[in-house]
Amino acid sequence: MTEVLEVSGLTKRFGALTAVEDVSFHASRGEVLGFLGPNGAGKSTTMRMITGFLAPTAGVITVCGNDSVTDAIETKRSIGYLPEGAPLYGDMTPKAFLTFVGRVRGMTRADIRRSIEDVVDKVHLEEVIFRPIDTLSKGFKRRVGLAQAILHNPPLLILDEPTDGLDPNQKHEVRALLSEMAAEKAIVISTHILEEVDAICHRAMIIARGRIVAHGTPDELREKSNAKDKTSLDSVFREITTRAES
Amino acid sequence: MRPTISIMWRELTGYFSTPVAYVFLVIFLAMVGAFTFYMGGFFSRGQADLQPFFNFHPWLYLFLIPSIGMRLWAEERKSGTIELLMTLPLRTIHVVLGKFLAAWAFTAIALALTFPIWISVNYLGDPDNGVIFASYFGSLLMAGAFLALVAALSALTKNQVVAFVLGAAVSFLFLMSGLDLVLGFFRGWAPQFVVEVVSSLSFLTNFQAISRGVIDLREVIFFGSMIALSLLINTAIIELKKAN
Ligand SMILES: Nc1ncnc2c1ncn2[C@@H]1O[C@H](COP(=O)(O)OP(=O)(O)OP(=O)(O)O)[C@@H](O)[C@H]1O
Ligand SMILES: [Mg+2]
Repeated sequence: MTEVLEVSGLTKRFGALTAVEDVSFHASRGEVLGFLGPNGAGKSTTMRMITGFLAPTAGVITVCGNDSVTDAIETKRSIGYLPEGAPLYGDMTPKAFLTFVGRVRGMTRADIRRSIEDVVDKVHLEEVIFRPIDTLSKGFKRRVGLAQAILHNPPLLILDEPTDGLDPNQKHEVRALLSEMAAEKAIVISTHILEEVDAICHRAMIIARGRIVAHGTPDELREKSNAKDKTSLDSVFREITTRAES
Repeated sequence: MRPTISIMWRELTGYFSTPVAYVFLVIFLAMVGAFTFYMGGFFSRGQADLQPFFNFHPWLYLFLIPSIGMRLWAEERKSGTIELLMTLPLRTIHVVLGKFLAAWAFTAIALALTFPIWISVNYLGDPDNGVIFASYFGSLLMAGAFLALVAALSALTKNQVVAFVLGAAVSFLFLMSGLDLVLGFFRGWAPQFVVEVVSSLSFLTNFQAISRGVIDLREVIFFGSMIALSLLINTAIIELKKAN
């Protein structure tokens, strides 16, 4: 079985506002799925439902065969999640924070020690590991958030704008890390950086006003667009989303 | 159980990672001292007991407990860490319990630091220490009931000040519900049993029995079920917020 994530008919309403409407897609092991769309399109809301932070108004989410509502705990075990803006406990050090996450996730002491060593190396946190998170730069905070998401080596990663706020070198590093991890995981990332989609995503979805308006490999998206300049995904994105909004 | 302990430990170290906790402890001890020695007439009564000390606890808790409990959930909402916390494989009730136990443990530490008063009274006279320990136990139990109320209210908002004000207001109602001031309001129109129920919910009345040194099962059950009920409401509030 390679379908790690299956989403069907997912809808979320906030009062009168429909933030996500009838969204269906899947992600398999070995692929990076890009989630694109203008501000307020519903990307974060979709991710919050997959990770169990918000309850769907309608629709079904299955993660590794578990239903996200009836098997909430099992679902959460299989997911590593980086929320938008990477919220963290600022009063803790990365070391203390990662230890806390490991313990809550039920990892053994030895396992936690080994995993922390491993992720700290992967996202290059060595120099800040004993400093309060509050005092870290934005980029380091983002990396701590990423470390927390991959600590338990989950089959599914949901990353909401993982490279936001990173310098070009770090962006490159994180993309390399994601590509490397993709071999054995399903990874869903949201991003506003379209070169990222070309660089690491096997498939991408464009969502506007809560609906999926385009879906395919980066090249297929280029085909679907009427944009004049099809080499740049930026113009493809603008053409598709403005068409959907009008 | 293990996740609850991890949550509790994180919260408790959280209290001590900022100067606020130490400032709180100093204020608490200063107020306890001022109340007991000046207003309570600790010396002039000429009795070797801690009655004046415990008499003030309900009033102290009215403001001090909301200031301990207000951050429990409001802070998580404000900083967005609630998203991190609630997407970990935890049951909501375990998180609610862990946070409550941390705040209660902090209260217990504050209460334990009043031990010089206990030493003084033993130095000056020959008090009944059984009564004193029973009163400490009752005070901690009442603090837990206040705290569970405040924690549940803190889950309603992302603003700590709002959480504090709500917490203090609701605590005040529960504290006063045994006094004629409040009961008189109900007597006019409500049936007798309503008046009795309201009066039996009073923290003050329930605490007075314990503070005299008699631990009656009735009061223990009262405060215990107040705690349990508040924690369940707290859990329900968190679950409901997820759906809207
Ligand atoms: N808790 C909430 N209550 C009411 N409306 C909400 C809530 N959360 C999100 N929304 C609304 O739902 C819509 C989708 O928001 P969402 O955060 O999912 O967008 P997004 O695609 O992640 O945007 P961005 O690119 O800016 O991060 C927006 O109109 C937003 O205002
Ligand atoms: Mg977003």
